[in-house]
Amino acid sequence: MRVLAAMSGGVDSAVAAARAVDAGHDVTGVHLALSRSPDSGRTGARGCCTLEDARDARRAADVLGIPFYVWDLAERFETEVIEQFVESYAAGRTPNPCVRCNERIKFAAVLDRALAFGFDAVVTGHHARLDPDGTLRRSVDPAKDQSYVLGTLRPEQLAAASFPLGDSTKAQVRREAAERGLAVADKPDSHDICFISSGDTGGWLRQRIGSRPGPIVDSRTGQTLGEHDGTFAFTVGQRRGLGLGQPAADGRPRYVLDISPVTSTVTVGPADELDIRRLVADRAVWPHEGTVSCQAQVRAHGGVVAAQAEARGDELVVTLAAPVRGTAAGQAVVLYDGDRVLGGGHILATAG
Amino acid sequence: MTYLDHAATTPMRPEALAAYAAVLADTGNASSLHASGRRARRIVEESRETLASVLGVRPSDVVFTGGGTEGDNLALKGLYWARRRVEPARRRVLVSAVEHRAVLDTVQWLGAEQGAEVELLDVDAAGTVHPDALAAAIERDPAAVALVSVMWANSEVGTVEPVAELAAVAHRHGVPFHTDAVQAFGQIPVTVGEDGPDAIIVSAHKIGGPVGVGALVVRRGLALEPLTHGGGQERDIRSGTLNTAGVAAFAAAASIACAQAPRESVRLAALRDRLVRRVQEKVPGAVLNGAGLSGSQRLPGNTHLTFPGCEGDSLLMLLDARGIECSTGSACSAGVARPSHVLLAMGASEEHARGSLRFSLGHTSCAADVDALVEAIGPVVERASRAGALAGMTGA
Repeated sequence: MRVLAAMSGGVDSAVAAARAVDAGHDVTGVHLALSRSPDSGRTGARGCCTLEDARDARRAADVLGIPFYVWDLAERFETEVIEQFVESYAAGRTPNPCVRCNERIKFAAVLDRALAFGFDAVVTGHHARLDPDGTLRRSVDPAKDQSYVLGTLRPEQLAAASFPLGDSTKAQVRREAAERGLAVADKPDSHDICFISSGDTGGWLRQRIGSRPGPIVDSRTGQTLGEHDGTFAFTVGQRRGLGLGQPAADGRPRYVLDISPVTSTVTVGPADELDIRRLVADRAVWPHEGTVSCQAQVRAHGGVVAAQAEARGDELVVTLAAPVRGTAAGQAVVLYDGDRVLGGGHILATAG
Repeated sequence: MTYLDHAATTPMRPEALAAYAAVLADTGNASSLHASGRRARRIVEESRETLASVLGVRPSDVVFTGGGTEGDNLALKGLYWARRRVEPARRRVLVSAVEHRAVLDTVQWLGAEQGAEVELLDVDAAGTVHPDALAAAIERDPAAVALVSVMWANSEVGTVEPVAELAAVAHRHGVPFHTDAVQAFGQIPVTVGEDGPDAIIVSAHKIGGPVGVGALVVRRGLALEPLTHGGGQERDIRSGTLNTAGVAAFAAAASIACAQAPRESVRLAALRDRLVRRVQEKVPGAVLNGAGLSGSQRLPGNTHLTFPGCEGDSLLMLLDARGIECSTGSACSAGVARPSHVLLAMGASEEHARGSLRFSLGHTSCAADVDALVEAIGPVVERASRAGALAGMTGA
């Protein structure tokens, strides 16, 4: 097969490309330039798409002896991921940009382009397994499993995807990289949001959206407890950084319960009011009929909870057997049967 | 492999490689006073004489550098600083809008950091700077002009600029004229003459010599501030141990390239014309950028085509997969292709600029190279236009 290996400059995608070469495929490496003005170097584990990452990816491709190119997807990434991220926050939701990037960039723009060029598949370094019948499964390494951020991909997107790392732990991948002489073997894992290299999401959003002050209101008393600079600086379930001078009457910690960008109101209250037992998502991927017993996951690296899922028209209704805390609209819900991904969607509304 | 990127770098000529290896095997610093030093010095000075002879200048006019980019930096910064020291009012720096980045980035730095007022000279649709346009620009405030720089031939579209006329215009106002002749040297006659450019930059690796050596040909009496300090080995304006092997190989390459140029330019122009004709037969929509094929307005080895509806980097990748090597022009430091500032200055749309490829021929090019490209180009353009349609390219 002619395959395109997306190479971020990290250890996972380098080993994934190497395994594709070993499997006898004709592999071409591509680094996706997603930032319009990339930083020259990397600071710790934050950010990606720096010039240093592009060099690391090129170097790995050299070691593997495969052709390597840089594809400029900065404009697409800006409109499809970054702008949507900002709009979503401005609307009071908590989006997951990695889910969005997989849906719209890696397994859409890149995949379509690759197929147009005559490639048969796109290989990435995601930690997830893909069975020959198209079933997506968790990685054997539960700590590194990335099936959640792939869980909303449609079957036709997965049909041309290949994840060679799903049967390995991260430690095995690093060891293999070292054995193969790949210099990225001990490069730190990237986390946080790649386009917010400072790690300060609130500050970054304030720059993009500007100041939108409003009240912080107690859910029980309706009393205004303080002022804030913009609802985008808050996520449902947040406890720290509320800046409320006074403790609650009962002395219990207060959490963000609700964000209303229209009135610029942030509602806070006790933890038990965060409990979500039911959620409604769009029906991104749900090829099932009737009520399905499954396990739900609502955030990357979060736990799972037993659930019943059922399609209602274009929507997916998920009832949870036990409450989960701090789940916000905009997040993805991915439904599993054991390690098998059944489908998922983007949360539209939640209820206690 | 089909190498159609001689404007990027050329294969070493066997004579240059032999000279390079022979000198590298020997020991000697050309500034040393003993026998080994004298042996090295003799090689350097003979090489200088060879270059002076092919350029029609005196040996003492030739200053060896570490390549074209260093030469441009030395000439532009050196001239600007030297002029400013004597006449501080001379801050205007006039350069064509289609210069290589070695010139553009240098003058932009002079503008940002050194008080220069940089003005870009417009070009026509073929990329030519008109002497009238230069005259008009100078005459807006002649006493404030520090220097003028227009390349001898364009690195992307191969347009040969009227440097003799442009230099004469600058000289009418007593303004020094610099030209980057890196692409022209060895392909077309580059000679200085009485009223020619005052500073000319040439480079070895574009003519079958090694990377890392070039020359600044600077008219005697023209003051230049040095860029590097530390020994003043080259006329006190360029310091550093002389690259004896490099200059020997440069001279060997230059003497052969210039001796063969009259015949070679005819051969390459015929090959170039055949390439354009046959590619356009396969891809009727392909558009030739720059000057026409007839006449002497275009470098004999340069072909620059836009394939509407395609992105240049897609075409490059697909050709590369078939063993055909060419260029999209400029890439940023991450390796992302950018729309060429040269084509944009010539009035092309961004989409037209993005869809272009440069095929540059040189001393190793032959009919089989053209045939290989012609055979591949049809399917490659078809695939690239499918990807271009996904990216919203209209092909209009």
